[in-house]
Amino acid sequence: MRQTVTLTLDSKVQSDSKRLLHSLIMLSLLLVASVGLSLCLGSFPTSFTQVLHALAAPQSSDITFIIWELRLPRILLAILVGAALAIAGAILQSIVRNPLASPDVIGITSGAALAAVLFLALLSTTLSIHWLPVAAMLGALVSALLVVSLAWKGGISPSRMVLVGIGLAAAMGAGTTLLIVISDDSAAMTAYVWLTGSLYAAQWDDVRGLLPWLVIAVPISLAFARHADAMALGDAVAEGLGVAILRSRLVLLACSVALAGAAVAFAGGLSFVGLIAPHLAARLVGRNMARLVPASALVGALIVLYADLLGRVAFLPKDLPAGIFVAGIGAPFFVYLLHRSRARF
Amino acid sequence: MTQPSHQPPRLTGEALQAGYDTRRVLDGVDIAIEEGKLTVLLGPNGSGKSTLLKTLARTLTPSDGHVYLDGKDIHRSKTREVAKRLGILPQGPVAPEGLSVKQLVAMGRFPHQGLWQKNAQQDAEAIREAMTYTHVTEFAERNVDALSGGQRQRCWIAMVLAQQTDLILLDEPTTFLDLKVQVDLLELLSRLAHEKGRTLLLVLHDLNLAAAYADQLVMMCDGRIVTSGAPSEVFTAPNLKRVFDLDAHVIHDPESGSPICVPRKRNQPATESDVLALQRCAM
Repeated sequence: MRQTVTLTLDSKVQSDSKRLLHSLIMLSLLLVASVGLSLCLGSFPTSFTQVLHALAAPQSSDITFIIWELRLPRILLAILVGAALAIAGAILQSIVRNPLASPDVIGITSGAALAAVLFLALLSTTLSIHWLPVAAMLGALVSALLVVSLAWKGGISPSRMVLVGIGLAAAMGAGTTLLIVISDDSAAMTAYVWLTGSLYAAQWDDVRGLLPWLVIAVPISLAFARHADAMALGDAVAEGLGVAILRSRLVLLACSVALAGAAVAFAGGLSFVGLIAPHLAARLVGRNMARLVPASALVGALIVLYADLLGRVAFLPKDLPAGIFVAGIGAPFFVYLLHRSRARF
Repeated sequence: MTQPSHQPPRLTGEALQAGYDTRRVLDGVDIAIEEGKLTVLLGPNGSGKSTLLKTLARTLTPSDGHVYLDGKDIHRSKTREVAKRLGILPQGPVAPEGLSVKQLVAMGRFPHQGLWQKNAQQDAEAIREAMTYTHVTEFAERNVDALSGGQRQRCWIAMVLAQQTDLILLDEPTTFLDLKVQVDLLELLSRLAHEKGRTLLLVLHDLNLAAAYADQLVMMCDGRIVTSGAPSEVFTAPNLKRVFDLDAHVIHDPESGSPICVPRKRNQPATESDVLALQRCAM
């Protein structure tokens, strides 16, 4: 009797990890195919063979330039931004134990936005636009630090953090609007596109700027995935299991802030990805952190990649910000999914 | 059965003072938890039972005094090392949506797993054993939030068992459950102490269940321990009056001999002959 129970248990476990592997492989294949599609599509018509040729044997031709200097960095940046925001969202939803949390709730996006608009309004005449990501990143870090320190009371209570974050985000949003209203038209226009979230004119420097944040933060997040799972049972249970709550929470929070802040710095206000990607991923692999991180990353990468692809090719000759499609298509789709599953919140 | 009474206590508290913010709840508590026994903390609401349990479990830091686990100050020990020897189930834990029973029980292995070191076979064996002991194997793949209150509590107890600690602290593990379910859980916990030699410390609200299942009762009032000992010694009408301000008489279960308290009705004061009649039928 006991033998049979054991057997079914083990086979269940096996089928469970098989399902995970299956999901991850499918998502990866989809991503590879989407990258291929994105490389072929654009305002300048390129055939699949031309793209392959340019990738395999780069020559000094227009097509090589388009593929290597325009499309490839933009595609890679879209993938990295999507992955970073999705992982940041997954971590944050787990920390605050609220599925409606996104990197916005601890003021990351609003802080980055305020800093970016401040930069565009005051410093863009004296400093190169290349410093914009640095300013945005600083803004994200400062506001996240502010939220954590204002919510600090002998430790971090997730619910207090969310409330402080929402309050601070509202205040910074007001500041951002004020700055846009009083700055001149061209600066206001740039600011507006930035706030929507765009990958326009992405360069290899951007890819190189964002990649290190992922290389550092993702392994740390994975190493603390078990801690996040334990803390999802409540602080009291997690402490009993031997989780150093404060340390684990701070490490995970720092990973989330670094990932979201870096992504927002290079792509602007796309943070809605951080809300929906973990949800979609959780449907495939569940809420176990070590599984949710890679699955969310792939889903987030796909969302931003397609949002940017639509923005690039759907309304030619206009190149629309990816943020429009992330929110414009993502939000209704998200609501539809929630409605269909009658998920309990 | 082993002879646990001769073992020195591994978990002790000395001159404990603790509280929340400015409110002091524990006011100088000394306690030693007897090995291999089921000890129950009893006391009225706000007497400091849960606070004492949390302080002993190191989840609350005392403002004064010390808790020693195996002779070491528990609040200065590495929390994961403590978790290998002492498990705690807090009051009213809530499982996240979509978590399966198996996943929950597996969380009990946390202190035994490192980033690189993981004994998969040992983990699987501990999880299996814990689930068998608590009879939750049949719904291993179901979600915890879809189970009944009693089943859910058994899953949480299975998680603590999978932690494989000699000491287990439980804060009101039977609250809000049906009487039958409470009895089943207490049977389970008492078997843990008497068959497996685990040391258990529980906070309970039901006086009669506490008297029936506890090897040791610790009665608390106003942040102090009023009295402690075997139920037959300390579960007496004067003590219940002193600790709970409860007017009751104590009779004995004819089958097991464990003491039972029956509250006196205020509007119909019991006569001495009533009490005698009750005692006669108890014998």
